Amino acid sequence: MEHALGVHRLHFAFTITFHYIFPQLTMGLALLIVYLKTKALRTNDEHYNRATRFWARIFGINFAVGVVTGIPMEFQFGTNWAAFSRAAGGVIGQTLAMEGVFSFFLESSFLGLLLFGEKKLGRIGHWWAAFLVWLGSWLSGYFIVATNAWMQYPTGHRVDSHGQIELANFWQLVLNKWVMWEYAHTMLGAVQTGCFVMAAVGAFYLLTKRHESYGRTFVKGGVLVGVVAAVLQLFPTGDEQGKLIADHQPVTLAAMEGLFESQKGAPVALIGQPDLQKRRLDNPIQIPNMLSFLTYREWRADVRGLDAFPQDQWPDMVPLLYFTYHVMVGLGTIFIAVMVLAAFMLWRGRLFTSRGMLWALMVCVPLPYIANTAGWMTAELGRQPWLIYGLMRTAHGVSPQVGVGNAWFTLIGFMGLYMVLGILWLFLVYREIEDGPEPDEVVHSEPAVAGAAD
Amino acid sequence: MGTLWFCLVAAMITVYVLLDGFDLGAGAIHLLVAKTDEERRQVLASVGPVWDGNEVWLIAAGGTLYFAFPALYASGFSGFYLPLMIVLWLLILRGISIEFRNHIISRVWDPLWDFLFSASSLLLAVFFGAALANVVRGVPLDAGGYFFEPLWTDLRLGEQTGILDWYTILVGGLALLVLVMHGALWVQMKTTGAVNQRSAKIASDVWWGVLLLTAVITTITFKVQPQVKENFVRWPLGLVFPFLAIAGIAGVRFELAKRDERKAFFASCAYLAGMLTSVVFGLYPLVLPARNPIYSLTVSSAKAADYGLKIGLVWWTFGILLAVGYFTYTYRSLAGKVVIAKDQTHP
Repeated sequence: MEHALGVHRLHFAFTITFHYIFPQLTMGLALLIVYLKTKALRTNDEHYNRATRFWARIFGINFAVGVVTGIPMEFQFGTNWAAFSRAAGGVIGQTLAMEGVFSFFLESSFLGLLLFGEKKLGRIGHWWAAFLVWLGSWLSGYFIVATNAWMQYPTGHRVDSHGQIELANFWQLVLNKWVMWEYAHTMLGAVQTGCFVMAAVGAFYLLTKRHESYGRTFVKGGVLVGVVAAVLQLFPTGDEQGKLIADHQPVTLAAMEGLFESQKGAPVALIGQPDLQKRRLDNPIQIPNMLSFLTYREWRADVRGLDAFPQDQWPDMVPLLYFTYHVMVGLGTIFIAVMVLAAFMLWRGRLFTSRGMLWALMVCVPLPYIANTAGWMTAELGRQPWLIYGLMRTAHGVSPQVGVGNAWFTLIGFMGLYMVLGILWLFLVYREIEDGPEPDEVVHSEPAVAGAAD
Repeated sequence: MGTLWFCLVAAMITVYVLLDGFDLGAGAIHLLVAKTDEERRQVLASVGPVWDGNEVWLIAAGGTLYFAFPALYASGFSGFYLPLMIVLWLLILRGISIEFRNHIISRVWDPLWDFLFSASSLLLAVFFGAALANVVRGVPLDAGGYFFEPLWTDLRLGEQTGILDWYTILVGGLALLVLVMHGALWVQMKTTGAVNQRSAKIASDVWWGVLLLTAVITTITFKVQPQVKENFVRWPLGLVFPFLAIAGIAGVRFELAKRDERKAFFASCAYLAGMLTSVVFGLYPLVLPARNPIYSLTVSSAKAADYGLKIGLVWWTFGILLAVGYFTYTYRSLAGKVVIAKDQTHP
């Protein structure tokens, strides 16, 4: 990469991909912590309070890494994408600032209370702390998705005579059809990560015959919430997102599906590698007419392929986009199968003794991370070559005076730092899982920062 | 509308410096005031539950700056590319040092994080000071409204400046001393025993340096940035800001002598607030002065359209009131000296 544009893109892609490992778990876990805390409140059983504390500790580690890797994201709009920020800051600055003002203050204030304030707050107060941390993290997700949604489907703005993009309608910016579906789809993805992680830790305990009562709670919680999320992920949220893309980014749809030629009764490709030179899929396995049906609910509907658009309108990485989309959909399908089967076995009372199913839940744990990442890559690569769809090309958004050498310098710095961070994070989370939900019996660690709130 | 947002952003940055300033300062003196593990836990406990919330003020201020003054955000952040990235790395190291340290007790684990916490805090204080000095001195903005500064050029105040030159280094030094004083006063207020005494000593020693550098830098600043003098001559009422700083710095000495720990810390807050507001007042209406004055960014040339600013005023006011509520609650529930509990499970 000799050109600054490519390095700036990789810079953002790398830092955001690494960052999103953490919020997807914390947003998902926040919901599950409210679930556990509600059970604790209803049953008045200390078991659920211990379970909550265990997950709150893991939440805390993830939250810390999420915070420190999140700060660079807000800065990078200005540092690496100054031309974009200058033109559109009056619009997307709104949602980004709202995230800081409404969610980060809320989250950071109540996380301390969730982690350290149980004695002081009492049962009901502590439930509220859990609830407000959930609310804060989900609000944060909303403002970020609203920002992205505006870049995908700009609305509620006006372009003035100097090319400056101004906010013209606040409600259109924060409430439109794109942000609704994208938000629902994103949050369900995060919930699935949380559910798979919780279920996997539970399965690990059951398979290794440790902390088994907790193992059952975690598997049950993860599967019950997870099955709902897995189904809703596909229908209606995934389906509706697909329709929005068909309506507003038809060239993106063609690239995602690897559809080079416009046709009536377009197929869905299950397998096949896009060949850009010959403009076809190699060794394809396809379901005939399926794409037409999914998009327009009509078997013989006409779907526009890449050939219907000039090549300078195509997403610039068609094969990668095709694969990220197929990985996302493929994994989503596997999640439905695993979760529905697990839920069925739970209902029949066989889940906790079925080693095969527990193994499946345990080894699935990296997959939702991959699916979430692939989903975001689909959204971002699919938007190319636009930075703001139809309004500003990606190439026109970079900082004009930040050269390729300085961009590499900082990208390499982030890579090194994040590698260390990733290793530390795995190490600390693994230790928590090893210690289990009853760490009082394990003596290897002294009290932490005390004084907080109690 | 632009001027109002100029004041609001300045207020947010001031709050950020007052709050994160004390935990940065506490970090900078961490190794000096706390020798044993228990003492270090005292320092960490005094900032542990609040540093994250304090840092949110930086993010919220950044976001507010983004939507209210997009052109300033774009020029400033891309022009200060290198120091900002280094600041980000330091913030990352500092954050994990605080959060990860107490997960394991070991002869190699804790000292590593203690060192990183202290070193990153110290460097951040210097960089923040240098950044402020860059804004005051002015940057090499071009006709397109952009600039890029390397970390240093010839260390002189010429046309093509770097981030570091003799003026910005001097201000970086002042920022370090000020935050050391501020942090030491905070740690003094929150701790007991040896840590408390060592902090009091540091605050008292550093005070002279703060006084001296403040006087020197103020004199130089009038030369470096003529706008400052112009503003104070045009609106003498603005002298209330420097007077607040003077009262604050005098108050620190006075209260230290009286051993009133709370008032000494609040006097330090007054000094910091006075200094920052003086600078902001002195720069208005410039938001980013250029070395060549015709390219300077001003409130009116950098601000977003009025509709967005008006809408912003509604949700911003509401959101900040909520935030002030959370902070009041958090700081109230943490009031008093920290106690290191022995029987607590690790978080």
